[in-house]
Amino acid sequence: MTRLAFLLTVLLAATPALAQPPATNVEDPRLYEVASQLRCVVCQNLSVADSPSEMAQQMRAMVRERLRAGDSSEQVLQFFVDKYGEWILLSPRKQGFNWLVWGAPLIAVALGLVIFAIVVRRWTARRRERVAAAATRPAIDPAMRERIRKELELEGER
Amino acid sequence: MKRRSLRWLLPVAALPVLALLAYGFRVNHRDIPSPLVGRPATAFTLTSYAGEPMSLEAHRGRVVVVNFWASWCIPACYEEAPVLERNWRAYRDRGVMVLGVDIQDKPDAGRKFIEQFSLTFPNALDPTGKVSIDYGVYGVPETFFIDARGRIRAKHVGAVTDAVFQREVDRLLAEAK
Repeated sequence: MTRLAFLLTVLLAATPALAQPPATNVEDPRLYEVASQLRCVVCQNLSVADSPSEMAQQMRAMVRERLRAGDSSEQVLQFFVDKYGEWILLSPRKQGFNWLVWGAPLIAVALGLVIFAIVVRRWTARRRERVAAAATRPAIDPAMRERIRKELELEGER
Repeated sequence: MKRRSLRWLLPVAALPVLALLAYGFRVNHRDIPSPLVGRPATAFTLTSYAGEPMSLEAHRGRVVVVNFWASWCIPACYEEAPVLERNWRAYRDRGVMVLGVDIQDKPDAGRKFIEQFSLTFPNALDPTGKVSIDYGVYGVPETFFIDARGRIRAKHVGAVTDAVFQREVDRLLAEAK
């Protein structure tokens, strides 16, 4: 069980939680916060903050304009959702059916850990059985040991 | 004994994943439903390539076809340009307006495109992309069919064909009567 705990610690330590956000062409942190949540509509899986495309530039200008006009981040996101639908958000909102998207990976990881623990326990149990069986095996008698030694010597002389 | 009894679990666990995959492959990932269909079309005023104001409001009471295009959109925009021109000529006297919005384009390239197809319906450049964002456009060509009351009633992604144009416009014209 301690080995399992160790493995878990290593896995958790490897998460990219502390990774730096990539350098972008967006200088204003609030603009970045909103633009990074919007999908660049002409790209494949790039945010409006990260895409150099003209469409993304125009969308960034729109975000900037709305923020300056006094809209909150949420209002700006809603503006785009009204035009494009929820598809425009890179992360689906945590509500209704979307919970499946957020929950399924966690459930899968939890299930995987349970299966992993069961398998590890089974392996260690089998190994323990084998060790125990070896301990109870009768020792080789001295006559047999002598014969083996002689035969090995003969092999060596050849 | 216990292990054998659990063997059926593996294929059974794969079933929902396979079902989801099967569903995903049947759905056209480009076919994103627009939340704008059924809602009032956002008003806009641009300056047309002919130098005149081009606004949606000016055509209230008519069926309006708003087409988003770009000169670099090959081949779809090049396929549909003659279709739009042909149908605009056929329907212009029946209370139908066609407006072209050129997005993410250079004015010279846009002008050349209009000359190449001798387009006679108004076309304007959307220099800031504001109109395309207001209409939730994510690619060209996209075409919106707006009824006489100013509501977006249909959105077509990809080149417009005669059949699509006539089906949508006839439907909206019949309603307006």
